[in-house]
Amino acid sequence: MSAAVPERPARVKAVGLLSGGLDSTLAARVLLDQGIEVLGINYSTGFCMNDHRRAMGRAEDDPRRLRNEGLRAGSDLGIPIEILDAGEAYLKMVLNPKHGYGKRANPCIDCRIYMIHGAAEYMRDHGAHFVFTGEVLNQRPMSQHMRSLQLVEKECGLAGFLLRPLSAQHLPPTIPEERGWVDRDRLLAISGRSRREQIALSRAWGIEDYPQPSGGCCFLADENFARRFHDKKEHTSIDEIRREELILLKVGRHFRLAPALKIIVARDESENNFLTRFIASNWQFEVPDTGSPITLVEGDPDQEMRRLIAAITARYSDRRAEALVEVSGRRAGHEERLIVPPAADQALEAYRI
Amino acid sequence: MRGWALNLTNDRQEARSAPADEILDTVGLYCPIPIIRTAERLKRLDGGAVLEVISDDRVILIDMPAWCRSTGHSFLGSRQEGQEYRLLVRKKEEPV
Repeated sequence: MSAAVPERPARVKAVGLLSGGLDSTLAARVLLDQGIEVLGINYSTGFCMNDHRRAMGRAEDDPRRLRNEGLRAGSDLGIPIEILDAGEAYLKMVLNPKHGYGKRANPCIDCRIYMIHGAAEYMRDHGAHFVFTGEVLNQRPMSQHMRSLQLVEKECGLAGFLLRPLSAQHLPPTIPEERGWVDRDRLLAISGRSRREQIALSRAWGIEDYPQPSGGCCFLADENFARRFHDKKEHTSIDEIRREELILLKVGRHFRLAPALKIIVARDESENNFLTRFIASNWQFEVPDTGSPITLVEGDPDQEMRRLIAAITARYSDRRAEALVEVSGRRAGHEERLIVPPAADQALEAYRI
Repeated sequence: MRGWALNLTNDRQEARSAPADEILDTVGLYCPIPIIRTAERLKRLDGGAVLEVISDDRVILIDMPAWCRSTGHSFLGSRQEGQEYRLLVRKKEEPV
């Protein structure tokens, strides 16, 4: 790799993963202050909670809180941002991560490898000289301790060309530092979970508009999502899990009625609208002429199961207090009407995911 | 209107009158796919060309100007038609 990189580039160019959070913003700023040209990339993984809230389109959500922070940071810093769709390869990684999951469904090490590997390709395609991230040594238990930082660098094929400006002085010098492209003395020595130093720096540099850290915005690290995710993996061959099925894990109440039968019951009108985008050949149930959730079925229910699904749908409709409720079940142009008592809450718990 | 009224529609004269060289329909696409598609389409256009992007994602009224500022393209403005937003972006001139 070093043979392809000029020893003294006229203008040093770096590619960084820019989420728009405080750490990646500061990392970019550290390099900009050294006169380095910075290109930012921002991955769309399909698991961002903010993006999902946007897709739900709820009027009560403040749009300013739903903005893409990577784009906002790029605008504030004056650096170009390219949003990359992580795509199917990312989904395959999420379903079968080489380095396993964290506490939830979060494959943090493999995710870092995936994204930094992509940044390395972007670096080569755009004539840049190294990659940087806003990672901070020992900030996160799974992906940001010394061993994992070194592992990620090695597996991305970026040995020596991956710079972490915020923790650089705790880490071995990189090639950009050794060659004098980057002044190591002007890099930082931050480590640990406290964000005191980052906040002090942001004040000193006038960086005020950044999202507050709130445990991340990734569904994969969310407890409820993770339970549904692992249920899906347990009951479906990994090769058969489709992107749409993972998207649907984000919405509604989920009930597994049998090993090959699951339902999703919408919780409000936005989720009803969302679910209707995914109705193709699936069964769907709802109570006509009243406030009712749409219930989307994954699997092929027999008559007994269709009655159970109707009862659960009735339970979450506005007619839940009535003794018997008429429910409509439809699939591919076929409709049947079932008259059922709404399901009892206690009975539901046995099925809830 | 219930909820947040997004008063960001930049309905400048330029947005109403600038002719678009191409139209990109991103209605129904989830964020941030409309921005990705915009970037892809602009790569195929000449410098100075104007692209009209149609979207039903109201937050694009924040994201598109930010993306234009970061990349050097010009955000010419937007207007709302029903549930859809029409945004105009002029591609930056390529360095000679």
